[in-house]
Amino acid sequence: MSTPTDVESPFLPVAATPTDRRRLPRSSPRLSRDTVSLIGIGVFAVLMLLVAPAVLSDFRLNNLGKYACWAMVAVGIGLAWGRGGMLVLGQGVYFALGAYAMAMHLTLETAGPDAIPVFMILYDPLAPLPGFWEPFRSGAFTLLAVVGAPVLLAGTLGYAIFKRRVKGAYFAILSQALAVALAYLIGGTIKLTGGDTGLSDFKYFFGYDLSDPINKRMIYSITAGLLVLCLLVVWQLYRSRFGELLVATRDAEERVRFLGHDPANIKLVAYVTAAVMASIGGALFVPIAGIISPKEIGAAASIFLIAGAAFGGRATLFGPVLGALLLGYGRSSLSEQWENGWIYVLALMFILVTLLAPEGVASIPRRAAGLLGSLRRPTESRPPRNTAAKETKS
Amino acid sequence: MTGQDYVEVQGLTVDFDGFKANEEVDVTFLQGRIHFLIGPNGAGKTTLVDALTGLVKGTGRARYGNLDLLSLKSHQISRAGVGRTFQTATVFEELSVLQNLDIAGGVHRKAWGMLRARKGIPDYVQEAMETVGLADLRDRPAGVLAHGQKQWLEIGMLLVQDAKVMFLDETVAGMSHEERDETGELLRRIAPSRTIVVIEHDMDFVRNHADFVTVLHAGKVLAEGSVADIQGNPRVQEVYLGRNIEEVSHE
Ligand SMILES: Nc1ncnc2c1ncn2[C@@H]1O[C@H](COP(=O)(O)OP(=O)(O)OP(=O)(O)O)[C@@H](O)[C@H]1O
Ligand SMILES: [Mg+2]
Repeated sequence: MSTPTDVESPFLPVAATPTDRRRLPRSSPRLSRDTVSLIGIGVFAVLMLLVAPAVLSDFRLNNLGKYACWAMVAVGIGLAWGRGGMLVLGQGVYFALGAYAMAMHLTLETAGPDAIPVFMILYDPLAPLPGFWEPFRSGAFTLLAVVGAPVLLAGTLGYAIFKRRVKGAYFAILSQALAVALAYLIGGTIKLTGGDTGLSDFKYFFGYDLSDPINKRMIYSITAGLLVLCLLVVWQLYRSRFGELLVATRDAEERVRFLGHDPANIKLVAYVTAAVMASIGGALFVPIAGIISPKEIGAAASIFLIAGAAFGGRATLFGPVLGALLLGYGRSSLSEQWENGWIYVLALMFILVTLLAPEGVASIPRRAAGLLGSLRRPTESRPPRNTAAKETKS
Repeated sequence: MTGQDYVEVQGLTVDFDGFKANEEVDVTFLQGRIHFLIGPNGAGKTTLVDALTGLVKGTGRARYGNLDLLSLKSHQISRAGVGRTFQTATVFEELSVLQNLDIAGGVHRKAWGMLRARKGIPDYVQEAMETVGLADLRDRPAGVLAHGQKQWLEIGMLLVQDAKVMFLDETVAGMSHEERDETGELLRRIAPSRTIVVIEHDMDFVRNHADFVTVLHAGKVLAEGSVADIQGNPRVQEVYLGRNIEEVSHE
């Protein structure tokens, strides 16, 4: 009489007709939402890869490329922070890995075979090339390093941090401290890294002359294409079971552990993926901006990187990318007229968003729709089988 | 109706820096029997479950099959088929009912499979969803569920995990009468093939649904037996200082 398969009485609600009708197809409405997102990515790809190059001047397009690099970092931040709950305040570190790997390669390529970089000659014309620079003569090694270095660093660091269950503010402080330390390290080793002046004056990019606008446009297209690819990666992750588990870990880590999973591994995957995206963004930033210096990777820069994600909506698919593009645009157009003014505007916007739409600008339409919806049919949003219980309770 | 599966606890002691939250506890939980753990606040009920599920360290023995639960880690215990709920419901609020249940069944999935989206609903998830009566709320975020529904969802997650032993810590606290009755019937339906242990303060609920009751007091087993045995037990009445058992239990 009471076997586990005897599921009929009394748990199948009889009165809940509105939901009964919707129950017929077994597929969930999530499926269609995924498709909508995919179409969104398609539209974004068309805008970035076809429309923007057609309508923007060389200069503007190059700027957009720069924002796209920051946006790549932001997409990773959306994954690690928005979905994974890790407040990655120091993504400048991974941005730096890719950027400096690329910058070293371009510097050496510009100097020519067997020559040492110009800035080193200024200090000591006879000094040999530092050992760690040598492999970056190879373009293949450089590309490998752009992906491999963040995997190694984020992998070991993340493993140590997450296995020890370091979380929340401690994690945030730790990651920010790393970015600050790295910026200082680079700033203080001028003979090895170019110091605070940074590395610049690149003439070639894998054999392509950087003074030719066509080549710059090609680099833009690569960047925009990779940004779309990053979006596709997180789109797939978000709809996968891994994505669900990541959100579960963010919201109740101990509970996840008690279901037999190891939260450290789940977080590690998201953290490393975000690091790789930041590194690729950094690598492409170099030929586009023409310079990389500690200013682009330290505390303020790292906060700028995460601000885009916060502004746009960290947990949404499109929030971080749109937020970062917008902030990037705001930053350069404001600082064209008002040096450093953007930082005040940024701070103000940050406060406004935090107060008015803590989940980011991207969440505003959804919130508005939810509000309207609940105004229109107030009964629908309540669990149907709860009505009986509600009446007796209060 | 009693099966062969059981958890046999012998001489369990949990020592928090000199304070013994459990002391020499002997108790046996049998399959097919809804076993209630009662006792005043701080009696050590939750600690007992914590010790049996690897959350705190205990000495003694807790035999389940050929395992000693006291020597295993939480995730090993969970994988061995011993599940629990917590005093405060912990469902994943932003995930839907379906996603919550699906995650509970995810331990045995391959890493690569995790990177794919779910195709359809696994049978065991559908079955658990129907058993706990949440099938119609499948796509609802767990955060908007009523308190009782969250508790059912947790039980559903244990079903998906195929937990053969379930420890339910104050599951019906805060539920309405209807919800309590439904929970009681739910437990009755899933009990035959499982070992179910319920921590509870509400004596009405205990009376209506208990097959067997163990009373804990100050970390020790004070008495055990049927509801009638317990209520008539002079030692129980003595410890409750002459007051009605129900008054004390509700504190
Ligand atoms: N981690 C800990 N360290 C020290 N003492 C603890 C710890 N956890 C519980 N205790 C103490 O052990 C005793 C038993 O606590 P426990 O939570 O097991 O009681 P309980 O029977 O579940 O009570 P309640 O009905 O209030 O949930 C209490 O006095 C409590 O303060
Ligand atoms: Mg307790």
